[in-house]
Parts: sequence; structure tokens; C-alpha cells
Amino acid sequence: MSQPTPVNSAAMIELRGVTKTFGKGTAAMQALRGVDLRIEAGEFVAVMGPSGSGKSTCMNIVGCLDTPTSGTYLFQGVEVGKLSRDQRALLRRHYLGFVFQGFNLLNRTSALENVELPLIYRGDPIAARHQRAREALAAVGLAGWEHHTPGELSGGQQQRVAIARAIVSQPAVLLADEPTGNLDTARSQEIMDILTHLNREQGITIVMVTHESEMAAYASRTIHFRDGLVAPVHEETA
Amino acid sequence: MVWNALLLALREIRRNVLRSFLTILGIVIGVAAVIVMVTLGGGATLQVTQQIASLGSNLLIISPGKRMGPGQTAGAPAFAASDAVALVRDIPQLAAVAPMASRAMTVVYGNANWSTQITGTTSDYFKARNWTAKSGRLFSDSELRAGAAVCVIGNTVRGKLFGSQDPLGARIRLQKIACEVIGLLESKGQSSMGTDQDDLVVIPLRAFQRRIAGNQDVGLIQVSVRDGASTSRVQQEIERMMRERRHLSENEENNFNVMDMKEITKMLTSTTQVLTALLSAVAAVSLLVGGIGIMNIMLVSVTERTREIGTRLAIGALEKEVLLQFLVEAAVLSSFGGVVGIVLALAASVGLASVLNVPFVFNAPIVAVAFAFSAAVGLVFGYFPARKAAQLDPIEALRHE
Repeated sequence: MSQPTPVNSAAMIELRGVTKTFGKGTAAMQALRGVDLRIEAGEFVAVMGPSGSGKSTCMNIVGCLDTPTSGTYLFQGVEVGKLSRDQRALLRRHYLGFVFQGFNLLNRTSALENVELPLIYRGDPIAARHQRAREALAAVGLAGWEHHTPGELSGGQQQRVAIARAIVSQPAVLLADEPTGNLDTARSQEIMDILTHLNREQGITIVMVTHESEMAAYASRTIHFRDGLVAPVHEETA
Repeated sequence: MVWNALLLALREIRRNVLRSFLTILGIVIGVAAVIVMVTLGGGATLQVTQQIASLGSNLLIISPGKRMGPGQTAGAPAFAASDAVALVRDIPQLAAVAPMASRAMTVVYGNANWSTQITGTTSDYFKARNWTAKSGRLFSDSELRAGAAVCVIGNTVRGKLFGSQDPLGARIRLQKIACEVIGLLESKGQSSMGTDQDDLVVIPLRAFQRRIAGNQDVGLIQVSVRDGASTSRVQQEIERMMRERRHLSENEENNFNVMDMKEITKMLTSTTQVLTALLSAVAAVSLLVGGIGIMNIMLVSVTERTREIGTRLAIGALEKEVLLQFLVEAAVLSSFGGVVGIVLALAASVGLASVLNVPFVFNAPIVAVAFAFSAAVGLVFGYFPARKAAQLDPIEALRHE
């Protein structure tokens, strides 16, 4: 299978009239009703909105886990909707990093082994894999914790391991789904500092879903979802 | 990609040592059972084959009695020494004709005594059974004619009465008579019926009839057929002649039996083989059950690890990579079970073979087949759960609690 090649001049993420419908016939539910969205490389975007507003559906499409029912999603100029399941997997492997609310680390597996997982799928040789994994852990302030399993780490440390796993493959975009949802304020701020640092120093584009406006404040731009649409910008001040 | 799958599979097995062990238990037991059955069966068959050789070729046993069932000889007159003489005279295809009379009795030497089988017979007995003296000698013609008080003993009797002493020249007591030990027989071991063939004392037939039994009866005649002669034709010949000698009219049934020992041994061999095949089949079923056990655990594991699979898919694992990981996991587990089963089976076979007194025969092909089969079981029964894992929708899987 051919790996999709991004076009550098295009926007990092561009959605044009994207709709998503779940179910069929009378039971059909339209989660997205024509979303237009453009995120440039290097942006740090916060996505907010009540549950059921379509932000999660939109994030799944942006993360290439799902495809639009209609409309187009261009990731660095590549139309994701036309790619096969495996091609989208390769896109995720090489250009996207994921951080989840529930961390989703493999338990009883050391931090190092968790972090190197994407590199195993990418087929990196063992020495390079360990080197990069160590660097990624150091970047989130966990140097020296390589051989601890998730059970031996605090929630904040686990999320930092998850971030290390997301950035170890040096993705273009980091998608974070409520990364601080399970953490207290102090830990949340640590995580946000790391994300901000990654965005500024390494130029990684970050799209982060959050419920808390304190966290959204770290972002350079906030997008609000309402009833399957992106709300107009002037509501942002609310 | 296969190496990566192997690495991920091994990590997964290491993460769940106890569960992995329980998963392979069925395979371990199945493989071990098949190998033990085949190995012991092979040993038993070999033993029977060896006994065919040790029995002496073309042995026929003529015993009095109607064919009523095994061992039932009631209601028929015994043979006489003259029957044996007539057989020698009239049937030239016979190489040896040994009239025999036996009784269970206690033999005494010094403070030691031992209950054994005393057999009165002639030199032809040793010839028919292909038996030689390990030390000392067998009977002379004059001893046979005179019914001298001499005896040849089996190795078991020697052990029980004499221990490490040399038995030759010693006098052992059988009831009222004292017998000089003139020979020790070569050891033959267990018969195919499981009796100890070395547990016997042989004396001249005349001595037995006169000094022990007190009559002229011959209980049994063992004959051996010359090489090249047809055993079944000789058998018919003997039957015809014995009917005549026992004055049986045409509508009367035989009141004696002519048994072909080789036939019986052959029957035993095939029985052993059928039994081995049957037990192995039962054992193979347990291997199948073991495979289903693997499938069961793998399915549970896929459900339990749904979020993990979702994570793998989200970070860019391809469908076939997830499939391969689970497939390799199942194959590694089951072939590891196979290896453990083989080791267990070999240890158990060696132990059981010595307990059951069967030679241990290492059967390399069955070990290879059992190993290959256990790996195949993993692949076959691991495929369905692996496919289920690979086809999960990453979004659904990540949402799974």
C-alpha cells in the first residue's frame, strides 16, 4: 500500500463542509452538520463545547480514526476520506500523536516499553528505539523513571508517559482528548506546561479537547462546538 | 514484522504469567497424554514381539478339556506319556514333543522357602521353548529314564532360595523328596500374559509322576514344529491323531485343545496396538479440548484488552499487525505448552515404563508430530480471536470500559 504524501504548502488541518451521520433512516443522528475548520502548522488549538456538540466526532475525524459522511478533510493537503483503513493507520503512525484522558498505557509494562511502542510498529531498530524513547521520557521530565510500570507511577506521571509515547515518533500534530480530565490542578498545570513547551520549542501542532477554560487559556486559539457546528468566533468571550 | 509480533507477543505472555500458564495447561496435558500413550504402547508392542522370539518358534500347546472357555479343562481325561511317544512316532514334522505335568508347591532350601510351579517334563521341553542352561546342565537320558531326583531351576527361584550363592550341587526339598540342582536356566523375564517365566523348577517327568503326583497323568503336551512345516497343517494332523487315540466318534466334540502360541501372541500384539491407537485417540481429543481452551482464553483476553487494542490501532498499528500479534501469541503459548508437555511426557514415560515393566522406546516422530500439532492448534484456535481483535473499530475500542 502506498503511504500518503502530504503537501507542505497546504494547511495542517482543513475541514470543508464536513458532516457525519450515525445510524440510518429515521434513527439517523447527525453529529456534524457541515463543519468548516482550518488549523495551521504550529498552532495550539483548544476545542470546547458541551457533550453531544460533536467535538469528539470531529476529533475522531481529525485524528484519522474516522471518515466524514460528506465534505472533505484535508490533512496536509491529503484527502483522508479517500484513504483505506490501513493508509489512515500509516498516517496516524507517522504524523499524529494521541494523548487520551484515561492515559491508555499498557499496564505491567515499563514506561520505556510503553513509549517505544509506536517505534516498534514503525520498525525502528532496537538501539534507536531505546534512544528515542529515553529522549521522549526526558522531554516530559521522567528521566530515570524508564523502568517503572504504570502501577508505580502517579496519574500525572502516567499522563507524561502517555505524552512521551505520543511525541516519540515526532508527529506533526498532537491530539489530546481532555488530557487533564483525570488530574488535579497542580498536575494539570504540569501537563499544560509540557504541551505548551512542545508547541513552542518543537513546533508541534496541538489540538486539545477540554472542558476547562483554565486549560483552554494555554492555547493560542479556542474553537467552540455547538449542535454539530463550529460556533461563530464572537461567542468566545463568553 | 513477524519479529515485532513475536516481541509484542512475548511481552504480553510475560505480563500475564499465571493466565498464560493456565491457558497452556490443556495443551500440556494433551501433548503429554498422546506421547505417553504412544511411547508405552510402543514399548508393550516391542515386548510382545520380543516374547514371540523368546517363546521359541512354532510352539503348539495341547491340553485336555473341552473348549468351554479360557482355562477350563474339567471333564476330560489327562494325556499319558504314551501320547507323546505316539506324536513323535507318527508326525515327522515335529521337532520336539514335551509331555508336561505341573503342580504349585513350596520348595525349601535351608531356612528359605518359596512357593513355585514344579514341572515334570523331558529334555524336549527346553528344545521346544528354545531354552538353554545358563550354568550347569540339563537332564541326561539316564536321569529321565530313571526319574532321578535332580532339578533345573529358573532364575527367580535361584534368587529366592540361594540369594547370591551358587545353587549348583545344592539339594532342595520338594515335599518329601530332596532334589539336586544340576542346572540354572537362562532368564526369560515376563511373558506376554504378565507371568514370571523364570519362576519354576523343572524335574524329570518320571520323577514327578512317581514321587509327587503318584499317577501317570500328563497334563499338557508342548510341541514345536520343524522350520518350514506348516503349523496349521500339523495342528490338524495332531487333532486327527488325538481324536483317534482318545476314541472320539465323529459327532463328538474334541475333548482337548491344540493352541498355537504364535497365534495367541500375534493376537496379543494386535490387541496392544489397537489399545494404543484407541488411547492415543482419546488423548488427541484432550489436545483438541486444550485448543478450545486457548481459544476461550484468547477471546476473553481480546475483550479484556479492547482498550489496549484501540490504543495500538490509534497509534498506527495495522490490522494485520494486530492480527499477527495475537496469532503469534497463541502459537507461542501453545507450542510452549507443547514443549512442556513433551518434557513431562518423556519423564512420565520413563517412570511408567519401569513401573509397568515395559521397555522405554523413544519415538521421535510422535514427539515431532505432537509439537507441530500443538503449534498448529494455537494458530487454528488463535485465528478467530486474533481476527476479532484486528477488526475492532479503534474509536469503539478506546471508549470500551
